[in-house]
Amino acid sequence: MSALAKGAGVASGRPAGGTGPRSTSRITPRKRAQRGAFFVLMTLFVLVSMFPFYWIVITSLKTQNEINQGTTSLLPGHITWSNYVTDFTKEDFIRPLLNSAVVALSTTVLTVVIASLAGYALARTQMRGKTLVLGFILAANFFPIIAMVGPLFIAYRRLGLLNSYPALMISCLIYTLPLATWLLTSYFSQIPRSLEEAALVDGSGRLRTLRKVIMPVALPGVFTAAILSFMLTWNDFTFALSFMSTPDKFTAPLAIVNLGQSQYQTFYNLIDAAVVIISIPIALIVIFAQRRIVTGLTAGSFR
Amino acid sequence: MTVRETAASPGSRTARAGGPPGGGYGRSLLAQDRRFGYALIAPVLIVLLAITAYPLVYNVWNSFHHDNLLIPFEKGFSGLANYTELFTNNQFVPALVHTVGFTVVSVAFETAIGLALAVALNKRFRGRGIVRAAIFIPWAVPTVVSAELWRSMFDPQQGFVNYLLSSLHLPLAHTTWLDGTWTAWVAILIADAWRNTPFIAIVLLAGLQAIPGDIYEAARIDGATAWRTFRKITLPLLKPALMVALIFRTLQSFLVFDVVYIMTGGGPGTATNVLAYLDWKAFLVATDFGYGGAVSVALVAFALIIAGIYTRVFRIEQPA
Repeated sequence: MSALAKGAGVASGRPAGGTGPRSTSRITPRKRAQRGAFFVLMTLFVLVSMFPFYWIVITSLKTQNEINQGTTSLLPGHITWSNYVTDFTKEDFIRPLLNSAVVALSTTVLTVVIASLAGYALARTQMRGKTLVLGFILAANFFPIIAMVGPLFIAYRRLGLLNSYPALMISCLIYTLPLATWLLTSYFSQIPRSLEEAALVDGSGRLRTLRKVIMPVALPGVFTAAILSFMLTWNDFTFALSFMSTPDKFTAPLAIVNLGQSQYQTFYNLIDAAVVIISIPIALIVIFAQRRIVTGLTAGSFR
Repeated sequence: MTVRETAASPGSRTARAGGPPGGGYGRSLLAQDRRFGYALIAPVLIVLLAITAYPLVYNVWNSFHHDNLLIPFEKGFSGLANYTELFTNNQFVPALVHTVGFTVVSVAFETAIGLALAVALNKRFRGRGIVRAAIFIPWAVPTVVSAELWRSMFDPQQGFVNYLLSSLHLPLAHTTWLDGTWTAWVAILIADAWRNTPFIAIVLLAGLQAIPGDIYEAARIDGATAWRTFRKITLPLLKPALMVALIFRTLQSFLVFDVVYIMTGGGPGTATNVLAYLDWKAFLVATDFGYGGAVSVALVAFALIIAGIYTRVFRIEQPA
């Protein structure tokens, strides 16, 4: 966490464009009106972003009786934690959470390893065809996910991988690898060569140098790649829906869709409790690593 | 990092001679360095080829064959049958129309709001960090969250939208949103925009921050109005970022799946059926891999066309 906080602090010190004319000291009525309008607009944006979360939180705290009565107030009435208890016990929502964590974490590790190797090759060796490789990786990023589903389904069926973690991990690499490879290539290119040369003169092998010298220096980049990979995999729905068939293998997003449904009714209090639960890790990541995510998303896009 | 130095031990000498190009080091060292590069790049290429190129080739192959798991006795070459089916089965063309309409409306709407957001967030004000986080969180949460959240908000009895409309004495307060064609589209669009507008804002904000401040200073000294500055300076310099945001969002919108699956299931009837949903159902409900392959090939073709259009448009406008 400390690395994160430090990174965020450094980034926040950067001047943001040249717009805010802060230095003008006189405040005219016109300026005041502009500021007022700006404030109202910002409030509106924040409200639209945040209110739905407030809504699902209070819905998740409602009893079944309150739900059945329909919406009568914007305030929570009779706060109950029973929906969370039900999700965790009767609905067995812990299992899908664990599945999601396993898949997201292992995909993240896999991504960081593969993308670091590739990033090092692209940034530091004289290999031919770098432009071609980077172009292909970029194109892969735009490949229609849904077009992969059918052929991969058949392949996994033949390999006996349907309804297994590896099927999901391999598929999810399409979300993470292109982004991570681009990101790490650009991070590795920025590291001064002298650093690595010193280590090589000492006689360490190149892979060892990558691990012991380059990776620590590029840690912010590696961290960004890891965070983004985790988020993108945690958020997957399409692949889980397509390849996981038994509830004990469902990931959290897939489990939510199958939760709280009966033939006659939708139990929004149960659904929304689960929705709150899977949003929490992501919200925490955004709060603590916001700037890292932003730089990661935009790195390599335009330079 | 389980890969040991075995492969790299000869490479170490290469690098000792110096990584930078143009050094006068031997040909064999260069060859070693290259081999080392190929070895490191291999995993990413193998994985990405396996999960994109292989499915693409397989889809093309399948699209010319009968391959339905439910009809195992009918196999073999089918000619263009799967492709003609696209235009004769009353599903593909309406889904295409829905998809294009959804893409145009959602991308236009999200870009307009995203641009406004980016410009606003580029200003300095107290609490900007918190405001930014608040606005970016919807983008970061799973699509399942945005879809379920808005499904719950749009529920006629237990939701928020109708409650708000009726408290304000506005019309439509008794709408069953997801049961009507247009109202279902409105719900899907709102859920999609809520989650994806922040993405456009993030990318455009990064673009704005890359614009050096002294340009604005110069414009201010020259007495340019805010609008003129925006049109003549900000927009042209924002073009690369805008292109990135637009390509990403257009392709994502064109392939919209999760939200439709969760909120409407393509319904009511087939009113919100989109290409990605059609393709998914062909594969995993009908298990018709021939027809699904044809739809997939069409999707890849459309994605190429979209990317092509954007690169052309932005390249032509560049000198102006």
